[in-house]
Amino acid sequence: MSLFRKNRSYHAGQSASVSAAKKVALVGNPNVGKSVLFNVLTGSYVTVSNYPGTSVEVTRGVSTIKGQPFEIIDTPGMYSLLPITEEERVARNILLKESPDVVIHVLDARNLERMLPMTIQLIEAGLPTILVVNIMDEAERIGISIDIPRLSARLGIPVIGAATTTKRGVSEIRRSIAEFDPRQQVNFNYTSKLENDLSEIASLLRGEYRLSHKAVALLLLQRDNEVAELVKRLEGSGYQDIAVKVKEKTFDRRESFHLDLSMERRAIVTDLIRDVFKAPDKRKVTFSEKLSRWTVRPLTGIPLLLIILYFGLYQFVGVFGAGTVVDFLEKKVFEGIFTPWITEVVKHLIPWETIQELFVGEYGIITLGIRYAVGIILPIVATFFLFFSILEDSGYFPRLALLVDRLFKRIGLSGRAVIPMVLGFGCDTMATMVTRTLETVRERIIATFLLALAIPCSAQLGVILALLSKEKGALFVWGGFMLLLFLSVGFLASKVMPGDRPIFYMELPPMRLPQWSNVLTKTYTRMQWYFIEILPLFILISILLWFGKITHLFEKMVEWFSPVMASLGLPKETAVAFIFGFFRRDYGAAGLFDLQTQGLLDARQLTVAAVTLTIFIPCVAQFLIMKKERGLKIALLIGVMVSCIAFGSGYLLNKLLMITEIL
Amino acid sequence: MKLSDKAEEILEAMWIAIEENGKEFADIKEIGIDPEDQSYAELTGLGLIALKERRAYFIKEGKEEGRQTIRRHRLAERLLMDVLDIRGEEGDRRACQFEHLLKEGIDTKVCIMLNHPATCPHGKNIPQGECCSEARNSGNLGVLPLTELKANEEGEIAFIQTKDSNKMHKLMAMGVLPGNRILLLQNFPSYIFRIGYSEFAIDTDMAREIFVRQ
Repeated sequence: MSLFRKNRSYHAGQSASVSAAKKVALVGNPNVGKSVLFNVLTGSYVTVSNYPGTSVEVTRGVSTIKGQPFEIIDTPGMYSLLPITEEERVARNILLKESPDVVIHVLDARNLERMLPMTIQLIEAGLPTILVVNIMDEAERIGISIDIPRLSARLGIPVIGAATTTKRGVSEIRRSIAEFDPRQQVNFNYTSKLENDLSEIASLLRGEYRLSHKAVALLLLQRDNEVAELVKRLEGSGYQDIAVKVKEKTFDRRESFHLDLSMERRAIVTDLIRDVFKAPDKRKVTFSEKLSRWTVRPLTGIPLLLIILYFGLYQFVGVFGAGTVVDFLEKKVFEGIFTPWITEVVKHLIPWETIQELFVGEYGIITLGIRYAVGIILPIVATFFLFFSILEDSGYFPRLALLVDRLFKRIGLSGRAVIPMVLGFGCDTMATMVTRTLETVRERIIATFLLALAIPCSAQLGVILALLSKEKGALFVWGGFMLLLFLSVGFLASKVMPGDRPIFYMELPPMRLPQWSNVLTKTYTRMQWYFIEILPLFILISILLWFGKITHLFEKMVEWFSPVMASLGLPKETAVAFIFGFFRRDYGAAGLFDLQTQGLLDARQLTVAAVTLTIFIPCVAQFLIMKKERGLKIALLIGVMVSCIAFGSGYLLNKLLMITEIL
Repeated sequence: MKLSDKAEEILEAMWIAIEENGKEFADIKEIGIDPEDQSYAELTGLGLIALKERRAYFIKEGKEEGRQTIRRHRLAERLLMDVLDIRGEEGDRRACQFEHLLKEGIDTKVCIMLNHPATCPHGKNIPQGECCSEARNSGNLGVLPLTELKANEEGEIAFIQTKDSNKMHKLMAMGVLPGNRILLLQNFPSYIFRIGYSEFAIDTDMAREIFVRQ
């Protein structure tokens, strides 16, 4: 499926050198500037792909240092070698399975004390580690000083103070990568009881692991199932003894092993940073902290959210993207220049009228499929992803998540789910993949369902906004109805679905101005993904519609649909939009647009059609992802429920509007 | 004063009838101990209660003794439920056995450990001991869940109380470790706190499991 194909952008000649290149993995907590360092090191040859079997994005690129090629891997954020989330599992798998030649641990200078335990774990695991103490500039601004050479001597590995956003320390990092000597390691000792326990287990290990035996023993003691499986595979008959020993030790320490281990690591870190890390007694309150306060207090946070939505979503995506840019591309570029020209060319080249129709007819690949994709959908999606990437990089989403957590708990979700929900306004298919980052199966199913039901994607949203904004009140009725549906169905789903209440916790990264290069790269890769996914579908739909037209099958389908349309109070031509909508929701919405332009729909009909189509079955791509992520049974169930709710709502809304005569 | 278990139960029943339900006396038929039982004689002999026509009255130190027995009973209930996680009828039954052990200073230690609880699991008041008023006068609140802190109050993390080891990991990864300083920045709509130079947001369920000493 094209959706999961890696979009390789290496040049063909380069792939040979890439496989021979040494691997450098960037690891560390989220929000410490890994991606910025990655961009600085790699430049333009970048591939973003989902890690096999997951929806977690891993970015790879190439860097040439002192004439030598290096493959740089930007891993998802991880807090410790023991993974809890999907992202952490992927990051650890890269360390375990891809055997990087250099591991660069990037951390935030301000939080040196909290993040050093991970450095200790990397060193203890015998991984070839370089430590980058990043964001030094902001740390210095608030009066923190760090003695880098002393820290390096104590850790026994290269340590570099850096501020990657201003390229400070980057040449040193490049030099350290090129000259890396993996032999320099220092041992950190836990209390003798723990050391004894670890060596008792480690002495039983015979296999060749990517991690040191001590680290493997430690992960076994923490009851890491994945590592236990690995040990089972590698040790064969010896596994029995190891399992018995591990069971014995974990039972001895059942009271508080995780806590004890953290406390021991903290003690080691306290020794490491003595006379190394100096912080001022009084902390300065920076502007970004003040801004952060405003965003999280309900009294200021909610108005701020509305302002962001109004300017970002309505003005930028709706008015500018879906209005100005679409008008320009549709009317000027396509209708004015491109379509007449290509029609001439095709008619000149192909003598048969039926085949001409396939390319440039009413449902032609070029005049319908490509025109919809490029002229209507692309500008809307592009402006949305730009808006989303800016919000993402400014650190706003965690704040939004905590603001809505209480409300979201009512619909069975944690505040964290606000991220896939907002992304859903861009592309529901992409958002359905992202629901994987939610912690429980229950949350994932509810989120998938709500995305399929009540969240219109940006393309659809753009077209619907453009459609309804011409009718006073229609937009209001549509928006109110969708919100009501989202909340009430979510509330019901949370009551019906079994399972625990979701828990919510999130780190709040400092608010910062987004880096343009980063925002543009993200927007570009997302658009690329989207375009590769939709274009073939649009072409396929055009072919199917053309086929339907020449065989008159299409007209029959419209006939079959007309009783349904009639029950919603809609003209039978609307069926065309719904048949489009089965393939892609935005395609369907664009079909409505055509109908309105022809003056076939009044305000009530338009609103009913827009509501029904927004709720109606998700596009083919989203359905396939639902099936992949949640299984066929749940995907089908959601599909059937969504269709029923769509036509049921349309029917009710039509009756309601007729009785009340609001529209 | 050493009393038999049955004598203590008589005092409890009397205390509830007289002090909590506002009667002048306790009807022996409603106490739940056989009126012919010798523990009545034990109590009258010690000059704690007086019996008149099947009515029991507190005299002299009797009332104070009743107060202490009810305190021990309700502390025992809290101990069984909060710490040992024994609930429901089983908890009630065991508390009745347990209360008789909480004497000679053990009640004070349990009370301090539980941070001077004000009510029993059934919502009834626990009569205060000396330790409670001392703690109140010193202004030391002892160990509190994070939910009880006000915005901009700071404390030291005392312990984390959760059965979910995943949750424990998450909290520890955030730097929620005993001994670390924690500053609560906001408590609505979510709890926001700062440890070191990082800020985190958690929901009420998680905040309830972090215990802080001020």
